Amino acid sequence: MAEAVVRCLRDGRLDGEHAPALAVEGSLQCCPLAAGAMLHIAAALASQVAAGKAQARGLVVVAFDRSPQVYLEFMRRRGLDANALDRCVRILDCYSDPLGWKQKSQNQQHQGNSAKHFSTNKENITVYRSVKDVTKLMSSTTELGGGFEGEGKKYFSVAVDSISSMLRHASVPSISGLLSNLRSHEQVSSIFWMIHSDLHEPKVPRAFECLSTMVACVEPALVDPICGESPGNMSILELNYSKAKFIVRLKRRNGRVKHLYEDLYIEGNDIKFDSAPSVSIEVNQSLVPKVQFNLELSEKERSDRANVVLPFEHQGNGEPIRIYDGRRSLPEAQRDLSLTAPALVDEIKAPKSGTAKGEIHYFRDSDDEQPDSDEDPDDDLDI
Amino acid sequence: MEEYGGGDLLSEAMGSAARVVVVEDCVEAPGAFVLHLLLKRALASCGAAAFLALAQPFSHYDRVLRKMGCNLSLHRRNERLHFFELLGFRGGAREGTIADSFVRLYNEIQRLVEANRAGENASQFTVVIDDASLLEVVALGSVNDVLNFLHYCFALTSEMNCTLVVLIHEDIYADEEKMGLLLHLRYIADLVIKAAPLSTGLAADVHGQLSVVNKGTFREQKAKAQKVWNFHFKVKENGTDFFYPGTRH
Repeated sequence: MAEAVVRCLRDGRLDGEHAPALAVEGSLQCCPLAAGAMLHIAAALASQVAAGKAQARGLVVVAFDRSPQVYLEFMRRRGLDANALDRCVRILDCYSDPLGWKQKSQNQQHQGNSAKHFSTNKENITVYRSVKDVTKLMSSTTELGGGFEGEGKKYFSVAVDSISSMLRHASVPSISGLLSNLRSHEQVSSIFWMIHSDLHEPKVPRAFECLSTMVACVEPALVDPICGESPGNMSILELNYSKAKFIVRLKRRNGRVKHLYEDLYIEGNDIKFDSAPSVSIEVNQSLVPKVQFNLELSEKERSDRANVVLPFEHQGNGEPIRIYDGRRSLPEAQRDLSLTAPALVDEIKAPKSGTAKGEIHYFRDSDDEQPDSDEDPDDDLDI
Repeated sequence: MEEYGGGDLLSEAMGSAARVVVVEDCVEAPGAFVLHLLLKRALASCGAAAFLALAQPFSHYDRVLRKMGCNLSLHRRNERLHFFELLGFRGGAREGTIADSFVRLYNEIQRLVEANRAGENASQFTVVIDDASLLEVVALGSVNDVLNFLHYCFALTSEMNCTLVVLIHEDIYADEEKMGLLLHLRYIADLVIKAAPLSTGLAADVHGQLSVVNKGTFREQKAKAQKVWNFHFKVKENGTDFFYPGTRH
């Protein structure tokens, strides 16, 4: 549940514990929704911080994948005004000039002329230009985090979007080290990050999961058993870009893992969570091959099948058996006494229960007989 | 991209807010015609463009676009089209030099975009790259350098109101485990246009199928917009026809 996750992040670290850490994992099939989940969590946490309900005084967003404006606009749409944003949100902009190319070019153009500073820092956006230097990134983050005003201990929360982009510039151990250091930093209240699982070997997202106390996986709503982009799969693709599953694993202090599940979907330019899981998914995951004719039975067909009278069974209602023996038409056979029930009854080999009057009561065996049973399956034929 | 009077299925599928367009193609269904079409439209709507050509020389595109009714030589003379002929682009032997070459190339593009934006008739600017697979070749296989360069181009789209169109050959990456460059591009794209052959084989009237996936980032205000499109195409000398399967007579 997204609310449960945001609550954990909002409540922050307990005494004597490291900060809670959330890993959000997405994949290409539902990447807009994973991005949306990340934006939602950041905005929700920022709202809690602005309202004074969180342990942290502010949120630092380390932005690699998106322009800082995207976060700010999203938060504005969620009701955070400019004042609250200035007070509670700082963005370390690793998106605009991660390697310092723009600054290098500016320096070459304006030799020593500082009249035009490149991308003057706005109030809450700080451009960061050395993404390969993880140590410097750590200190820049903590510096930003320490700058929030407020009373009490100077806690702040950190969001990293995304680890996958960081991994292009630095190694897994160095980034794991960064996250561990942030988690154990005395001023960090909570931390969450995004990783795109299909951009890396499987062990990489798992390594980062080990550092987390909560894992939220954004998975496609429909899994198509036949991979490919034939026209038949267009509807599945379409659905997976507007709806996804949000699966959360919360690790408790006592070691127990709690699983929570929600649907998430895009509505306009916002993202919403729905706690009632959809049921229709099962239909598409049946093992029936996708062909142009119907291989399944409808309800009416099922009940009709159950009502079919098998030719050699007793109807069980005491009336003479109507069995067509191929020699005469049936109405004639009825008048011919030699062919009516008593004669036929005498021929039955194994009467199921006998009474003094010689009546035969046949009880049909259960339909699902075990194979290799000792009973002869022809016993219930009335030949 | 603004809504030009394209009026065809491709314009409808692309919508108006896509900033990063990735075109995927394969040997059986080359996607260069999409680049030609998008370039023509970019220039037709009084916009400007920067074309990074690694696959063909200028004369090739000039000839092709002329038949489509677009005079590239004229646009180039008027400085509406900035053509980078990168056939001889040397990434350099040492790692440092590859990055430096990309930095220089990026800086030139950025200067053009800024100049366009600051100019009197600020118009829509489009950066077209033909193609990303060849960028990897000139970078001597260094995917990271290519991704850094593409990231900076991508950052331009949000800062400077320009559009990025990149062509990549999907079948080159079909066997690789990681699919490196292709997957990264699919992630950053707002719109993925994929050209593929028909599953039924070659045909005279239909040259292939085009699938358009509009990921619909949170920039767009439209609710319930269709995100996935699939239709057929036929490439002609003077343009391309797009139609739904079975609607051709």
